[in-house]
Amino acid sequence: MKNEMVQAHGLVYEYKKYDEEGREADVTRAVDQVTLQVQKGDFVAILGHNGSGKSTLAKHMNAILTPTGGTMWVDGKDTREEAHLWEIRQSAGMVFQNPDNQIIGTIVEEDVGFGPENMGVPTKEIWERVEESLKAVNMLKYRHHSPNKLSGGQKQRVAIAGVVAMHPKCIVLDEPTAMLDPNGRKEVIRAVRALNQVEEITVILITHYMEEVIYADKVVVMDRGKVVMEGTPREIFSRVDKLKAYRLDVPQATLLAYELKKAGVDLPDGILTREELVEALCQLN
Amino acid sequence: MIRDITLGQYYPADSILHKLDPRVKLSATLAFIAALFVAKGWPGYLAATVFLAMVIKLSKVPFSFMVRGLKAIVMILMITVVFNLFLTPGDRILVQIWKLRITDVGLRTAVFMAIRLIYLIVGSSVMTLTTTPNDLTDGLERLMGPLKKMRVPVHEVAMMMSIALRFIPILLEETDKIMKAQIARGADFENGNLMQKAKNLVPLLVPLFISAFRRANDLAMAMEARCYHGGEGRTKMKPLMYVKRDYAAYGAVVLFLAVMITLRIVL
Amino acid sequence: MSIKLDHVNYVYGQGTAYEIHALKDICLELRKGEFVGLIGHTGSGKSTLVQHLNGLVKATEGHIYFHGEDIYGAGYDMRRLRSKVGLVFQYPEHQLFEVDVLSDVCFGPKNQGLSREEAEKKAKEALTMVGLGEEFYYQSPFELSGGQKRRAAIAGVLAMEPEILVLDEPTAGLDPKGRDEILDQISLLHQEKKITIVLVSHSMEDVAKYAERIVVMNQGEVLFDDTPREVFCHYKELEQVGLAAPQVTYIMHALRERGFSVDEDATTIEEARDTILDALRSKEHN
Repeated sequence: MKNEMVQAHGLVYEYKKYDEEGREADVTRAVDQVTLQVQKGDFVAILGHNGSGKSTLAKHMNAILTPTGGTMWVDGKDTREEAHLWEIRQSAGMVFQNPDNQIIGTIVEEDVGFGPENMGVPTKEIWERVEESLKAVNMLKYRHHSPNKLSGGQKQRVAIAGVVAMHPKCIVLDEPTAMLDPNGRKEVIRAVRALNQVEEITVILITHYMEEVIYADKVVVMDRGKVVMEGTPREIFSRVDKLKAYRLDVPQATLLAYELKKAGVDLPDGILTREELVEALCQLN
Repeated sequence: MIRDITLGQYYPADSILHKLDPRVKLSATLAFIAALFVAKGWPGYLAATVFLAMVIKLSKVPFSFMVRGLKAIVMILMITVVFNLFLTPGDRILVQIWKLRITDVGLRTAVFMAIRLIYLIVGSSVMTLTTTPNDLTDGLERLMGPLKKMRVPVHEVAMMMSIALRFIPILLEETDKIMKAQIARGADFENGNLMQKAKNLVPLLVPLFISAFRRANDLAMAMEARCYHGGEGRTKMKPLMYVKRDYAAYGAVVLFLAVMITLRIVL
Repeated sequence: MSIKLDHVNYVYGQGTAYEIHALKDICLELRKGEFVGLIGHTGSGKSTLVQHLNGLVKATEGHIYFHGEDIYGAGYDMRRLRSKVGLVFQYPEHQLFEVDVLSDVCFGPKNQGLSREEAEKKAKEALTMVGLGEEFYYQSPFELSGGQKRRAAIAGVLAMEPEILVLDEPTAGLDPKGRDEILDQISLLHQEKKITIVLVSHSMEDVAKYAERIVVMNQGEVLFDDTPREVFCHYKELEQVGLAAPQVTYIMHALRERGFSVDEDATTIEEARDTILDALRSKEHN
């Protein structure tokens, strides 16, 4: 288990709904028998539309939720064991969707220091960590700013820095770009990729924007609580029909290639970027 | 309208006041408020004015920001002035309209009450404008530290205040947005009698509360994810430590208080 | 029958240190039955612009004419204007407040002075338009899914029977499924009910797919105002202001550079497919 950052085995998460009199009315199974491994240093993307269980699964990786069935190990530790709780939360940091609702500090640098403060890191080291984390997401020059004055993409990078300052081995990002404009989305993805490549932090990115998963080592598609597809981006995107059936988007270049193939043009499978498509079309001549 | 509330609105600038320890600023604000109620006669108010003017100058915060906080209390201010003006008995009647009379004492009390209230708000604004909410709560936490022994949850209260302060601007913006959205659906927040007005607020308040609860829920989760587990074993990024300028500031405040008390006794 | 902006300027916090010139001398006419895409990055003034259309924000300079009448004229009925120009804000589900979906949608028509009965009739029509059937009428709006909530909120504006429907990023935060449902629904309204649509969006692909006319805003000014094809021809200028053309435009240009005789102005997948197929076929013939 040494190389597995996150490992889920037969993971089930059910929650109960109560009716107005407080009686148990309904049991909903949000995550259904998920078995999944994420290797250390990997960049894994989890796709699926709202209600597919991807966010619920993500919350297990930080022990915010614990499985009602099966097991979840984070860095080799069972998330159900209370004793490991803070260790797990420190080694698997989490970034959420709404940038406003996860920033605690009123000054950028104070917010980044919040995690290390909770961990009991000595003052001098907190300052060092804050500085290097803000540098890692390219936000150092905003350190004295109020988060309220930043753009969405900048706020989200501050939130990422806040997690990086806790020196995690893994970062789980739960739809970090859903509320951002295209420029903000690019900024955040660039920062996340840099963390993965430069700092070698394991990244688990939950999203429904296809352009963001092109760079992943592995893509996992979820539907109705189950893992329904798993593979490299190229493998996943060569199954356009299946993705469409799950009501997921496909990158425009892939979609165009798919349409051309349907019309009889001889193109290879799994085209992801527009450069690849142009190149493949030129090869035809 | 609601944006005019300056309390809790930090104004970033590089001044000696910004750098002061929050405990100094908190104590000084309390001392200043106490002094306002000690003040008697023109010399006392003159001394308070000089002190406040100096502090404002030192803070490097534009004067217009200080005054903005006053808009929120205009009503209270008016009522206080009117009550004091007309209801204080005095020796000489200056003006009499029907049954209402303004006496010399009334006029004096009204003016002094107005000055007190204005200075109180401006004085507290200086503190909040120059102190980040985090510093402020840190300062409070430390000043109230001894209460921990009496099982008062000082850290929790401080954390709650700090979060409230961070979310005030966000919720104000949200109020504005929901208001506009409902106006676009034909809602009317301006006309009607008091009952109708209160009823008309429902489309604004319900979404606002729901949003506040959603944010609270998200925030609690985000804090837990970042290992927050109360004040126990927590270190500080910016621990409070007194330096020379803080002692000097304490000195200045004590001096000011002494002047005010002397003026009161002498006059 | 139109709404016309005549040299509209808007300055935030006039006379203070925080003065921002949010709209600069905007002249624009929205004609009946158009589907207009309004694009621009955050802070370009597009949200401020749409709030002018129903009088929520008053221009600091200039005039706005609705059906030829100056909306800033003395005695102009703003509330009537607001029911004619329906504005759907970003994340409109945040304005839901009633105990059930039907009552919430009734809020607008009731404010127009309609009786409960008439309001419910309008509300039901509006809910049908956004694809929410009877089974949703008496559900709490807070128990719907994200996409359903948003459609209920849009119905709340539609129930006022606006002539112009302005939607500020109606798909923000939705997944692809929710996004397509909303946009298809809007497109249907445009085709069947002949409602004028102004769609504010960040997504070039969405705008290219649905809009007949695109207005590009940058720093409070109108940068381009033309058909999608014409606007996306300027993809280099769009990039300079932090925007981009649809992916397809880039592919077309790259193919052209590599010697394909494709139509560079294709903006949607279908157009691109057809022109590439044509180009490939004509090559075979040679």
